[in-house]
Amino acid sequence: MDVLLDNLDLYGPGFLNTVELFLISAVGSLVLGTLLAMLRVAPVPMLRATGTAYVTLIRNTPLTLVFFFFTFAFPLLEIVTPASFGSAAAYYRNAALAALILYTAAFVCEVVRSGINTVPVGQAEASRALGLTFGQMLASVVLPQAGRAVVPPMMSTMIALLKNTTIAAGFSVFQAGSISLNLSDRGESQLIGLLWIALFFVVLVTPMTLLQRSLEKRWSIAR
Amino acid sequence: MSAVLFDVPGPRARIRHRLYAVIGTAAVVGVIGFVVYRFWVTGQFSAEKWSWPQYEFVQLQLLSALGNTLRAFAFGALFALLFGAIFAAGQLSDHKIIRVPSMLIVELFRAIPLVVMIFMFHYGLSLGAPVYSVVVALTLYNGSVLAEVFRAGVLSLPRGQSEAAYAVGMRKSQVMRLVLLPQAVRAMLPAIISQLVVLLKDSALGFLITYEELLNEAQRIGRAFEFGRPLVPVTIVVGAIYIAMCLLLTWLATYLEKRNRRDKKVIELEKKPAEDVIAAAV
Amino acid sequence: MRVRTLAVALLAGGLALTACGKEGSPTDPGTAPSQQVESNVTVDGSATFEKMKGRGKVIVGVKEDQPGLGYKDPTTGKFTGFDIEIAKLVAAKLGFNSDQIEYKAIASQGREQALINGDVDYYVGTYTINAKRKDQVGFAGPYFTAGQDLLVKKDDNSITGPDTLKGKKVCSVTGSTPIQKVKTDGLTEPENIVELQNYSQCVTQLEQGAVDAVTTDDAILKGYASQDPSKFKVVGKPFSNEPYGIGLPKDDKALRDKVNDILDAAIKGGDWQSVYDATLGKSGSTAEKPVLDRY
Repeated sequence: MDVLLDNLDLYGPGFLNTVELFLISAVGSLVLGTLLAMLRVAPVPMLRATGTAYVTLIRNTPLTLVFFFFTFAFPLLEIVTPASFGSAAAYYRNAALAALILYTAAFVCEVVRSGINTVPVGQAEASRALGLTFGQMLASVVLPQAGRAVVPPMMSTMIALLKNTTIAAGFSVFQAGSISLNLSDRGESQLIGLLWIALFFVVLVTPMTLLQRSLEKRWSIAR
Repeated sequence: MSAVLFDVPGPRARIRHRLYAVIGTAAVVGVIGFVVYRFWVTGQFSAEKWSWPQYEFVQLQLLSALGNTLRAFAFGALFALLFGAIFAAGQLSDHKIIRVPSMLIVELFRAIPLVVMIFMFHYGLSLGAPVYSVVVALTLYNGSVLAEVFRAGVLSLPRGQSEAAYAVGMRKSQVMRLVLLPQAVRAMLPAIISQLVVLLKDSALGFLITYEELLNEAQRIGRAFEFGRPLVPVTIVVGAIYIAMCLLLTWLATYLEKRNRRDKKVIELEKKPAEDVIAAAV
Repeated sequence: MRVRTLAVALLAGGLALTACGKEGSPTDPGTAPSQQVESNVTVDGSATFEKMKGRGKVIVGVKEDQPGLGYKDPTTGKFTGFDIEIAKLVAAKLGFNSDQIEYKAIASQGREQALINGDVDYYVGTYTINAKRKDQVGFAGPYFTAGQDLLVKKDDNSITGPDTLKGKKVCSVTGSTPIQKVKTDGLTEPENIVELQNYSQCVTQLEQGAVDAVTTDDAILKGYASQDPSKFKVVGKPFSNEPYGIGLPKDDKALRDKVNDILDAAIKGGDWQSVYDATLGKSGSTAEKPVLDRY
């Protein structure tokens, strides 16, 4: 308990930064991932290929490498210069956000796409036969059904995203993952310090997992 | 593939689609062109920055780093599969005293970020050489996910399988070992392989505790003054190596699945739980 | 099928590449004095020394990314620098020639653990002697005294010392003594402190303009500056005292005394000076001879 209370100045901002990183990259990756999914189900082969290429490349690259690229290599291309950010923290945080969003979007895209694919073709054909427009079909027939298949795996993806924010520890972004590295300077026990961090994640992740399980169960019966 | 959303296009839709294709192509070519242009302008294609792959010593170092990545992957995968099988059986046990702790352990290791686990073993418990911490952490995390996958696989088998096994006089452990797990593994093969791809990628986290794996070698080459600090070229090359390795694994999965489908011994499951799991494997 | 062809092509390409590998280095590492190897050395009661003898070679922990001190040439894998030469000198006086030394690159975070585990026999790599570390490992020396300084871009005249860092982005290694000093003395704002895994990463960030200054011991910074003098310079106002020691297993007092004797002889004789002149001294700077701190 002492390790936590004596170092609240590390733990407080660390946990807050983790939550903030998570929320921003969650919104970002959901938006980008959905756009990518639209590409992947588009009726134009060219657009589909673009979406597929992106997903294949990103899904097979380690997130640590994506972080490495954005922190160390990307500035060399001089598209955005690090000096244009007000503080050092702002630059490294944006690099981390870019890595998390671009990486997670590929997984969000796959979840959305496989969700849409679970809707039987007959459903769409029937709605077209009834004379529904494309928008009406999406809004009242396909999406409500796809949503049930999308939400549980999407929650897994988001849980993974939350945990992945800790990789930023190696890339000068202060968050829960980097608390322990700072603790050792203060001569505190790293093990106990890390156990508190682990507990923090268990407390955040467990309710999400339980909710995911219950949704999965409830909706699998309804189908 | 996208037959759900769209009807067969008519003549006007076809023209519209062609227009989209042109716009899409232009956009993609534009983005790629811009990036290549930036590469060119900032000298990323210069001979100096690409001189490093020619040196024999660099090649040998890269090979040994690749070997270390594969070593962490091989041990991690082996132990994770074992851990998964044991804890899947534990979760399905009839005895509460085994079932509850198994479930708790699996949930616990799924909830803790891999980075925190690796730090815990390396800095907290001082396991020694970084490779141990990496392998143990990869085992615990991926093993827990695999335990869930195996469990889902066993639960998705028809009840007749275990009933028939009991009817011929098998013991509980025999039913699990000889009848249920082998079939569950086959049914869940795509999910298992995609988790192994995750494991392979996560071995790159060893970078954070200076394990001499591929990414660590990339930063070592990338910072070398002698080659003009080729950070961009080296990221591209190492990224390509990772992508190639993961694609090979995925290709193996599709190959095995195809072979499986031809095999009559595999039971067609009513619902395919595999797809959700694959999509969610991050 | 296409994937298989691709794999085969990649493999073949890789093999072809290996077959025609270039050797040698584009830079000249320079020549360092060779040490005379002692024979029939005994260190009574030293477990570490017995281990070295039984093995027939020494395993020395060093740094690999600090030009001028401990640097591994990326093209040949050869180690050069002041720390390396000191390691060779100690090995020679213990009866091992330079072919009997195996270097192991170990980063700052792993030093104590490597000595505790016995992965290395001794460690020579910008290892500052302090009380906290003495709880875990033993130190012979100091064999050099460095001080914390700043590395900046060549054309940057706004940073002239530790008091001018306010509003500047400062980079150092996570958990290192220099970054601790920046934090406790409040030399810059917390949001402008950048913590990375090693100094080379900091230097690449300085080159890209992501940070304004890299801070650590002047000896390390001088190495980077002399590698690339058209881009970087050292401010030259050291603001701390960092005595470098040779890290040894904590309880091996016999070996510690022996290594101290070796250093003493080298400092009093001419060996220390000639090693310095052949490595760090090439930049033109001079150094005071250190005073041993036996315990």
